[in-house]
Amino acid sequence: MTSLPTTTTKRLGLVIDLDICVGCHACAVNCKEWNTGGIAAPLTDLDPYGAEPLGVWFNRIHSFEVGEGASGRTVHFPKSCLHCETPDCVTVCPTGASYKRAEDGIVLVQEDLCIGCKLCSWACPYGAREYDYDAGVMKKCTLCVDKIYNESLEEVDRVPACVATCPASARHFGDLGNPDSDVSRLVAERGGYDLMPELGYRPTNKYLPPRPKQTKAGCTGAPAALSPAPDEAPAGGVFGWLDRLLSKL
Amino acid sequence: MHPAYSVILFTAASGAGYGLASWLALAALLGLLPAQAWAGPIGFAVALALIGVGFLSSTFHLGHPERAWRAVTQWRTSWLSREGVMAFLSLAVIASAGLVWLLDGQLAWWLAALVWLVSGVTVAVTAMIYASLKTIQRWHNRWVVPGYLVLALATGGGLALLITEVAGQGSALALPVAVVAVIACLVKLGYWRFIDETVAASTVATATGLGRPGEPVRLFEAPHTEENYLMREMGYRVARKHVARLRQVAAVGLAALPVPACLGAMLLDGVIGLGLAALTVGAMTIGVLAERWLFFAEARHTVTLYYGADRV
Ligand code: SF4
Ligand code: SF4
Repeated sequence: MTSLPTTTTKRLGLVIDLDICVGCHACAVNCKEWNTGGIAAPLTDLDPYGAEPLGVWFNRIHSFEVGEGASGRTVHFPKSCLHCETPDCVTVCPTGASYKRAEDGIVLVQEDLCIGCKLCSWACPYGAREYDYDAGVMKKCTLCVDKIYNESLEEVDRVPACVATCPASARHFGDLGNPDSDVSRLVAERGGYDLMPELGYRPTNKYLPPRPKQTKAGCTGAPAALSPAPDEAPAGGVFGWLDRLLSKL
Repeated sequence: MHPAYSVILFTAASGAGYGLASWLALAALLGLLPAQAWAGPIGFAVALALIGVGFLSSTFHLGHPERAWRAVTQWRTSWLSREGVMAFLSLAVIASAGLVWLLDGQLAWWLAALVWLVSGVTVAVTAMIYASLKTIQRWHNRWVVPGYLVLALATGGGLALLITEVAGQGSALALPVAVVAVIACLVKLGYWRFIDETVAASTVATATGLGRPGEPVRLFEAPHTEENYLMREMGYRVARKHVARLRQVAAVGLAALPVPACLGAMLLDGVIGLGLAALTVGAMTIGVLAERWLFFAEARHTVTLYYGADRV
C-alpha cells in the first residue's frame, strides 16, 4: 500500500558524523557484502571485471571540498536511503511495491510487485534508489531489516552492516522517534540536520556537521610548542662516562 | 533526465490521440461531420490506435511489463496509477463513441462531452506524473499541465483537419486549429522562459548541508569511477546550442509552419488544401517530438547535486 502511515511507532534510522568519516568506503563495501545475500539480493553487477562495470549499491560515499584556501576542507559524505517520514518515493509507486512500515518507519520495496517503472527513483531527491537492470526491479537500502531483528545474531551485531563496520564510528543507529535515545541526544548535542529540508520529505537520517576547523597550534589543549632539549652533556652514569671517554679521543 | 524514446513516443502519440478524439466529438456536435461520413468512425479508430500505440510503447521501458496490470491498484496516491485507470476508462469511452457513431450515425451531446472529459483528464493526469515531482523543478511548475493539454489539442487538431479534408468535408476546422497551434506555441515559449529564469531552491549547499552562506561547496571525488544507474537516468545534460536549435524546431513545427498551412487550407480547396493539411500534421509531429525530447533532456534532477552540479 503506497499510502504513508500517519505515525510510526519507532523511527529507526542513522546518524552520520561528517566530522569523523574518513572516506574509507568500508561501510559501502560491507553494505554490498551483506545485502547481496540479504532480502534484496542480489545487488547485481554487470560487467564487473570489464571496462565499464555497472552495479547496484545502497550506500555511496561522495567527497566534497568546502571553502577556499586555509579555511578549505575535505568532507567525506556517505549517503544511503534516509527512510524519510513523508517520502514521495512511496506515494508515486503505482503498484504498491514501495511501502513504509508503520512499526519502524523503514521504507522497503516488495520486489515481486515491482514493475520496474523507475518512477520512485525519480521521486527520491537523494538518489537512494538504484534500478537493477538484470532483475528489472528497483532496489534500495533496507536498513538491514534482515539483520537488525535477526535473533540468530548476537545482540551487539543487530545493527546495520554499515554501522557495524565503520572503523571510525562515524555511523550511529537507533530510534530517532524517541527523544531520549542515544542517537536523538547526539543529534541534539551536535546540531544534526536534514538534507534538502526545503523539499519536505522529512528524512529520518540525520547528519552531524564537521566541527569548526582547528587552525591554531594549541587549540586542541596540548602545549602550543615543546621547549628545546637541554644542550649540556650528562654528568654521570654510563652516558657521562662515554661522554668523557669520547671527549678525550 | 534521460530522454527515453518510449516515453517521448507515448506522450506524443497518446496526446495526439486524445486531441483527435476531442476534435471529432466537437465536429460531430457542430455538424461538421455529417452522419453518413465515414470520417467520424475512422477518425475514432485512428485516435484509438494512437492511444493504444502510446500506452503499449510506455510499457517497453518497464522492467516487468507482464506485471503492468498491477499499476492500476494505487490510484489513491499515485498519478501513474491514476493514469493507468484513466487509460482503460478513456479507451472504453472513446471506443463506445466511435461505435455509436458507426451504428447510429450520430453522437449524443453527452457522449461527446464524455469524450472531452476523459480525454482532458487523461492528458492532465499524464502531465501530473511529471508536474508532481518535487525533485525536478523544471517539471514541478504550473506550465506543465497546460502545456500537455494544449499540445494534445494542437496535434490532435492537425489530424482532425487532415481527416475532414480527406473525407471531403471542407476545412472548417482549419481556423480553430491554427488558433490552438498559436496558443500551444505561446505556452511553450512561456515554459521555456520560466525554466531559463528560475532556479530551484535546492543547491549543493542544501543537498549536503555543508558550507556557510557564500562558501563554495564542490564535488572533490565522486563515489565511483564509472557511470551508475543514477547518472544514466538522471544525469543527462544537453548542450546549450542544441537546446536553442531544438526549441526553434519545436516552435516552427508547432506554429510557424502549421498556422500559414491551416490558413491556406481554409482558402484553397481540393488537393492543395489536402496537401496543406498533411503538411500541418507532418510539421506538428516533428514539432511535438522535438518539444517532448527537450522536456526530458532539459529537466534537471536534484540527485545531480551530489555529482558535481551546484544548482538544478
Ligand atoms: S531517501 Fe529517497 S528512497 Fe529513501 S525514503 Fe527518502 S525519498 Fe524514499
Ligand atoms: S519501480 Fe517498482 S517500486 Fe518503483 S515506483 Fe515503479 S513499481 Fe513502484
